[in-house]
Amino acid sequence: MIGRLALCGLLWLALAGAAPVRLITQLSQARIDINTSFRGAELLVFGAIQYPRGATPDRPPDIAIVVRGPSAPVTVRRKTRLAGIWVNGAAVRFESVPGFYAVAATRPITALADERITAIYEIGTRNLQLSPASGADDATTRAFEAGLIAARARAGLFAERAGGVQITRGVLYSARIALPAAVPVGDYAAEIHLVDRGRVIASTSAPFRIAKSGFERWVYVAAHEHSLAYGLAAVLAAVLAGATAAAITQRRW
Amino acid sequence: MDIYLPIAELSVNGLLIILLGGGVGFLSGMFGVGGGFLTTPLLIFYGIPPAVAVASSATQITGASVSGALAYLQRGQVDLRMGGVLVAGGLVGAGIGQIIFSALQTVGQIDIVIALVYVLFLSIIGGLMLRDALRALQAVRAGTPAPARRARHLPWVAALPGRMKFARSGLYISPLAPLLLGAGVGVLTVIMGIGGGFIMVPAMVYILGMRAQAVVGTSLFQIIFVTAATTLLHATASNTVDIVLALLLLLGGVAGAQLGVRAAQKLSPDRLRLALALIVLAVAVRLAIGLTWTPAEPFALFEGA
Repeated sequence: MIGRLALCGLLWLALAGAAPVRLITQLSQARIDINTSFRGAELLVFGAIQYPRGATPDRPPDIAIVVRGPSAPVTVRRKTRLAGIWVNGAAVRFESVPGFYAVAATRPITALADERITAIYEIGTRNLQLSPASGADDATTRAFEAGLIAARARAGLFAERAGGVQITRGVLYSARIALPAAVPVGDYAAEIHLVDRGRVIASTSAPFRIAKSGFERWVYVAAHEHSLAYGLAAVLAAVLAGATAAAITQRRW
Repeated sequence: MDIYLPIAELSVNGLLIILLGGGVGFLSGMFGVGGGFLTTPLLIFYGIPPAVAVASSATQITGASVSGALAYLQRGQVDLRMGGVLVAGGLVGAGIGQIIFSALQTVGQIDIVIALVYVLFLSIIGGLMLRDALRALQAVRAGTPAPARRARHLPWVAALPGRMKFARSGLYISPLAPLLLGAGVGVLTVIMGIGGGFIMVPAMVYILGMRAQAVVGTSLFQIIFVTAATTLLHATASNTVDIVLALLLLLGGVAGAQLGVRAAQKLSPDRLRLALALIVLAVAVRLAIGLTWTPAEPFALFEGA
């Protein structure tokens, strides 16, 4: 039995070694700057599938592109009615929720591969491993998870687009990922998975960064590192603006 | 005109925010209310994170109040002594309010409590003002002269020890009364995230019995200091003051406040009171609906909590 398994493994290694399919990828930007006029951005993920000896397969391959942002804990509370008023009731805490998650694929995710594969590679919002950290039972946790995903999707921060990846002549792929204005800043990664007959046969990933720049960055740093001076400046600016307006209108009278 | 807010971390329509500030500033100058009870909910409806909305509108109220208070100061309609006593009480109250606020936050129901307190106070004050304004308008329509509103303070105010002369307010009362009033409003200011003018103005009229001309100016004077302290508190404790948002609101707000002061001099005070009463009641009804109607989305997200 063990021998047969080892043989299988060796055979697979030999085959894989003999025919490695590689993914080459490039992003339109390695860094996205958030400035005063930032209204969201579009990231172009593109590249090529490199088959051994330039051979192209007889059937078109499938590609899934996952773009995810920095993770953070999120507490989800369910509203419950108490004496006619809706209050925040039971809570489930999720330890690692990406601030942004988008997946584009050549086909609907369920048609791409079976549940086990999509779960391993976290392809699709339903397959995200959000690490619930409360003692609630499975059904409850799943309901809260669905609520969390729905809320993020409404904000444009979680997205799934079947047919979002174009494949040209079986070797070139490209996808446009929309980043809304509310994207969190931080380190991002685009993961590209090549799927063939329900199996992921090649993967690659490309990092990029979303950061505030110029004035936005300056204000943010000031607010966090010199908070008292920042607060005083805000008050001073408010008082000056008020006094200026009073002076101007006074003169006109 | 889209502008990205560095602290709120989202893009807003700058023109819309300026107009919002202008509208609220107009009310501020007209009625001596800071307008926070309108700015904060409106910003939250727009999608600004609640903590940023509360902190930044406090900054904006400071500016709008300076603009309004200066206009009243030039007319001699600010009682500086009364204002000073109210500020002293307000700062003590703000400290107490901060302790209550933190306690509620740990229980996880702060937003519900805020909404309930809003509904309670807005309905009481709106109802009182509406009754008064309607009565006065009815008297005018009936041809009878409006019943002269006698400036009378409540009995317990007269019972307090020690007396002080507040010339501009036309009062000779114990300074403890405005001190207590200032403290009470200070507590609510922090919990509700507002200037507190809409509570202060009726309280000055109905509880202290202040002379009507001095009420609005003195209220604005008091608001300047309490909201400035609130801004500093938020800036240092939670880094939630968005200076870009505050300046956008101010741009419209300061201009609006000046127009409001001018309009207030021309309009009949009864109509003014009727208008404010209706606005206050409308906000109360909107908040009550939000509390009692089945929410479209049963889950609420708390980031990083």
